[in-house]
Amino acid sequence: MPLISGPHEGTAAFGCLQLRSNTRVGLQLLFTIGTVLFLAVPLSAAPPEKHLSIYSTAANYSLPIVQRQGRDYVGLLELLEPLGTVSAKVDGQRWRLHYNNVLGEFTADKARARVQGRDADLSAKFILENGRGLVPLASLNSLLPRFLGGPATLHEQSNRLFIGSVATHFTASVASDDPSRLVFQFTAPVNPSVASEPGKVRLTFNHEPVTAPASPTLTFSSKLVPSATYSESGGAADITVTTTVPLLATFSNDGRTITLAPPKSQIAGNPAAKPPTPPAQSVPAVQPPTPPSAPRRYFAVVDASHGGADRGEALSASIAEKDVTVAFARLLRQELESRGIATLVLRDSDANLSLDDRAFFANTTHAAIYIALHAASSGHGVRLYTAMLPYADDEARGPFRSWPTAQSPSIPLSQAAVTSVAGMLKRIQVPVRTLTAPLRPLNNVITAAIAVEVAPPASDVSALNSPDYQQLIAGAVANGIVAIRSQLGAAP
Amino acid sequence: MIPRHFFIALSILLAAVLAMSIYAWRMRGRAAATPVASVDTRPVVPPVAGATERVTLYVAYDDIGILRAQSAQIPMPSVRQERAEEVLRALIALYLDKTSPHPLPPGSDIRSVYLVDPGLAVIDVNAALADGHRSGVLAEELTVASLIQTLSANIPGILKMKILVEGKQRETLAGHADLSNFFDVSAVNQLTSQLQSTQ
Repeated sequence: MPLISGPHEGTAAFGCLQLRSNTRVGLQLLFTIGTVLFLAVPLSAAPPEKHLSIYSTAANYSLPIVQRQGRDYVGLLELLEPLGTVSAKVDGQRWRLHYNNVLGEFTADKARARVQGRDADLSAKFILENGRGLVPLASLNSLLPRFLGGPATLHEQSNRLFIGSVATHFTASVASDDPSRLVFQFTAPVNPSVASEPGKVRLTFNHEPVTAPASPTLTFSSKLVPSATYSESGGAADITVTTTVPLLATFSNDGRTITLAPPKSQIAGNPAAKPPTPPAQSVPAVQPPTPPSAPRRYFAVVDASHGGADRGEALSASIAEKDVTVAFARLLRQELESRGIATLVLRDSDANLSLDDRAFFANTTHAAIYIALHAASSGHGVRLYTAMLPYADDEARGPFRSWPTAQSPSIPLSQAAVTSVAGMLKRIQVPVRTLTAPLRPLNNVITAAIAVEVAPPASDVSALNSPDYQQLIAGAVANGIVAIRSQLGAAP
Repeated sequence: MIPRHFFIALSILLAAVLAMSIYAWRMRGRAAATPVASVDTRPVVPPVAGATERVTLYVAYDDIGILRAQSAQIPMPSVRQERAEEVLRALIALYLDKTSPHPLPPGSDIRSVYLVDPGLAVIDVNAALADGHRSGVLAEELTVASLIQTLSANIPGILKMKILVEGKQRETLAGHADLSNFFDVSAVNQLTSQLQSTQ
């Protein structure tokens, strides 16, 4: 125990005690400040701002999403502003919005609005905040068509809104002459951000209305690029490619084609990554040497008609035309590839491509022949169609071709292909008819274009699903194409 | 005491009432079991004024997938547009018959035919025809070719045709036959020749 015997000693001892006390206070102060700062940092970090990505023919833009009463809301005026002439007026608890010639009337804290004199139910109460009208995000699917007069599709989970038919579709396939190259074809130019991480390459589409293929997971017959997955979140779309080698992305075809391929040094240094010799190289007439980054040239494009919501004909209670066509397309590709014909299947999943998109893909691949596949419950055997061109004014278009009659110069070649395929079908005793038909997109395809409609062999419609029957027809169609290969390949 | 003859008369009357009641009850049950014919919602067309004429209808036969020319006697008005509508209505009536070789959905009808010089005809069909039409390349093609060939065979001077549904353009009839473009009548003539044989 310390003794205080003299003033100096006492002062020293007091000074020592005071110093200890000051140190303790200082430490306490520091601890308090540290604790406050430690707690303040996570509190001050605001949650990431959510936003809604909007895609339309007028503009692609994004808007902040605000949280009110535990729900997501957006400003309706701000949403409509880039799409047309819009104005709003506050009248007490009422909020009136004019969009072009459409009047919408909303009342604060009411879940029912009136648009063009008709009631419109909102999924939650309308909020009027400092003169700004906020509508629940979930109501946009039903509310916007009333103002816009056209469809609006909200992907609520990912905060993406599509106004009208603006979606950009894509196909992905591995080049058969180089299984390390994965080629994405888009229906419109895209400019994603590309990020690499071990074992993955991620393409993020922040500004483009890229939409999902029918199956979110795409698998490829390549050990180097086994699969790709599509996902949407936070107002963007992502395609994540799994890979066993580093990949570089190259853009071509005005941004409509993205090719992911390993750098040349990677292939040279990794014997396992060296692509095998493709069977297609045994067909020099249709496989001109192409630079590594160029997309593969396909000789045939096989198009499984319908898909997605478009089921085609209901062939029976359980068989839809879209399912028969895709199964038949895969078999036909197998038959053609086994005969040395490089083949692209346009729809290899349950995706729904528009007719224009199908023609676009067929034309941009510069294939020698386009084969559309259909199935029908009526009649027997196979019906082969060439395009019945629509009426066209004899108007000079210079070097350009009219879209509705783009097929015109290739009609003789298409007819020759139909004759060849019909001959092969007759050889195997399959009833066959050849006709013209007003069947899109045959008339929009610039190369030889035919449609194959498969009907059951007898009255049993379920035979359309039979692999044996499909194989029989696919083999004969492939033989017909092979028989005319030199003629088709010589086409300009 | 009740006279005997009065008792007999009363018994006969009671028996008759009972028999009538049983008969009426059975008739009622039979009427309830009889299916009610579907209601035809098409507007009643006023009777056509005009002399009866022989027209050629191109009739589709689903069983063998062909188109056959067939003569019919129908009253034809003198106005060209009305003639066009009448000839197509005669064709549709044939397809709506119970024994139709190419059945169309109940309620199918031609709303109007517009003839625009030079050489354009616009056929406006109702939604019932398109919405309930069977899907399939050949099934739809037979309907389209039948309408166009019948009209062009009976109304001369038509070079191109357009088919609308309820006054609006539609991409396809039922998923296959293209309705977005103008049909070239000469191309449909060639198609008709192909459709007149099963080869």
